[in-house]
Amino acid sequence: MGNLTRYVITRILLTIPMVFILLSIVFVVLRIMPGDPVSSMLGGHAPESVIEQKKEELGLNRPIAIQYLDYLWQICRLDLGESMVFKQRVTKAIIEKLPATIELTAFGMIITLFLGILMGAYAADKRRSAQDNLIRLYGIVIFCIPVYWLGLMLQLGFGVWLDILPIAGRTGPRVLASTFEKTGFYVLDTILAKDFFALGDVLIHLVLPSFTLGLVLSGIFVRLTRANMLDVLRADYIVAAEARGIQHRKIVYKYALKNAFIPILTMMGLQIALLMAGAILTETTFSWPGMGRLLLERIYLRDYPTLQGVIIVFALIVATVSLIVDIIYAIVDPRVRY
Amino acid sequence: MATILEIEDLSVHFPINIGTVCAVEGVDLQLEQGEVMGLVGESGCGKSTLGFSILRLLRPPGKIVGGQILYHGQDIVRMNEKEIISLRGNRIAMIFQDPLTSLNPLFRIDEQFIETILTHEQGLDKEEAFNRAEKMLENLGISPERLLEYPHQMSGGMRQRIMIGLGLILNPDLLIADEPTTSLDVIVEAQFLDLLNDLRRQYDLTILLITHNLGNVAQLADRITVMYGGTIAEIGPAEAIFQEPLHPYTQGLLSSIPNIKLDQPKLMTMPGSPPDLVNPPPGCVFHPRCSHTMDICRHEKPDVSKRDGHLVRCWLYR
Ligand SMILES: Nc1ncnc2c1ncn2[C@@H]1O[C@H](COP(=O)(O)OP(=O)(O)OP(=O)(O)O)[C@@H](O)[C@H]1O
Ligand code: SF4
Ligand SMILES: [Mg+2]
Repeated sequence: MGNLTRYVITRILLTIPMVFILLSIVFVVLRIMPGDPVSSMLGGHAPESVIEQKKEELGLNRPIAIQYLDYLWQICRLDLGESMVFKQRVTKAIIEKLPATIELTAFGMIITLFLGILMGAYAADKRRSAQDNLIRLYGIVIFCIPVYWLGLMLQLGFGVWLDILPIAGRTGPRVLASTFEKTGFYVLDTILAKDFFALGDVLIHLVLPSFTLGLVLSGIFVRLTRANMLDVLRADYIVAAEARGIQHRKIVYKYALKNAFIPILTMMGLQIALLMAGAILTETTFSWPGMGRLLLERIYLRDYPTLQGVIIVFALIVATVSLIVDIIYAIVDPRVRY
Repeated sequence: MATILEIEDLSVHFPINIGTVCAVEGVDLQLEQGEVMGLVGESGCGKSTLGFSILRLLRPPGKIVGGQILYHGQDIVRMNEKEIISLRGNRIAMIFQDPLTSLNPLFRIDEQFIETILTHEQGLDKEEAFNRAEKMLENLGISPERLLEYPHQMSGGMRQRIMIGLGLILNPDLLIADEPTTSLDVIVEAQFLDLLNDLRRQYDLTILLITHNLGNVAQLADRITVMYGGTIAEIGPAEAIFQEPLHPYTQGLLSSIPNIKLDQPKLMTMPGSPPDLVNPPPGCVFHPRCSHTMDICRHEKPDVSKRDGHLVRCWLYR
């Protein structure tokens, strides 16, 4: 296992320049974006002198290089500045909203992987059958459906028409807000508080948003899993395993799926950005108080520091997920460790 | 000697969009207990298809469309899924051409052994299975510690030895080896054939050795079957096939292999190309390339002629 440890350490070290590049891109992009943050913040009709004074205050008149170093130094201290609109630290605003988004994304991802991989593997095993065609059709159709439309349909179907699932928010009115003060991850908080009524309420609120997110992305994984499984099922070692009398089901769902999982994993790492984008749309549809909502809200308010903070956090999430994916990759595939 | 495998009038077809590939057509073949039968023929003549049919491992769209395969008197063609699975790896083993791709890269060698053993012997526990795998490796001349390695950490020759170990771990009595040495270099190949020869005695194995390398069969085989275009051209004792081949195709095949002697008159190459198995030539499949073609060859399939253990399908021996 010495090889694995060495691989993990190298991979973590490689993440540092990657994060550095991501942060630099965020810095550059936000500064070449059209629109002057200060004048828009002051309402657009403020006199020149007031604008100048505010710019001076915010340090925007310093040389760009100094601003850049200052920006990096701030991030190193885990400080993302202060909102331009509210008297509020950006870090605080984000910490309040981040758990909601992570919770939604995690559940969405679980649903996506579960549906996508199982359906894809099943379709590959039964290739060219009616079931296979049906699943492939599903994969294409579901991918083409816009997130908000699917969300709306699910809200109408399960929330309004059947009236069995809540269509907005993270909790119902009868749940005490104080339960959620520990981590902000409501599922975790309710379990820690042993409040199972609240846990049920939280889970039931997660159903529609996470299914919306999960279903939309499952299409990609259906197609990806199917394609990879077809390749793997043709491989010599699969025939060889069959020649040793190992049961077909075991070969498909244990052997072949593990082999097909490697490219799926890579895809997962690449799709995380898409998942985040999907989460933003889902949050809007379901009034989910997460990062997506925060982002949209602050775009309207032109709250540049908060926007910058949100984007940085998204970038860090993408970097972290790709790190985790690579580590899992090395655990699954012994060849990567060398 | 008892007959272990009796293939009778076996036909295997691959329906594809332009027609049906008749990969194996009316094949009769018997394997006697303890013999090594070499199966030779050009690429595409149906050797692997025949080998795969014996374990019913044909990939779709391949299908056995007629005949029977009696293993110790039981017809494999008509067995249900459970019965055939209990034969695979347990009573009949098969090894393949490319040892580099025949082992699952994501599982350690011991895991692959244990899985195979426990599939067929539910009574054992993991440790007993592991011990058995260790013994097998020792027997194959591989240090047992290597059980804990992954396939990519081993050389090609070693992986092929592992493959045969996986094949023999449950003491089967029949081994189908489909070009087991094609991807090995000459020295490793010679070592592997020696090993195969040892194992054959040790395990009292009957071997169907598929190859297009006549040197291989010369070294190991007791008898040789020559296939051409999905059918059997000739079956006979190895010396007889090499000394006095009867079928014109076998004669051509033998004169097309170079030997070390420098005074060899000339190296023959067989004219023409292998037959199209979707529309095989009528009569004798070999007639478009044969230098002895007679009228009857063009429209009637040759019958089998037998001469003291030597069997040939050719009108010349009517
Ligand atoms: N999946 C398939 N679909 C269609 N035709 C096939 C398929 N597999 C094999 N065939 C055909 O069946 C015939 C016999 O193939 P087979 O693999 O048994 O030949 P072989 O004698 O083993 O050749 P080689 O020496 O190249 O391994 C070939 O003509 C081949 O084109
Ligand atoms: S049957 Fe006729 S064509 Fe066929 S091998 Fe014999 S002589 Fe040649
Ligand atoms: Mg072959």
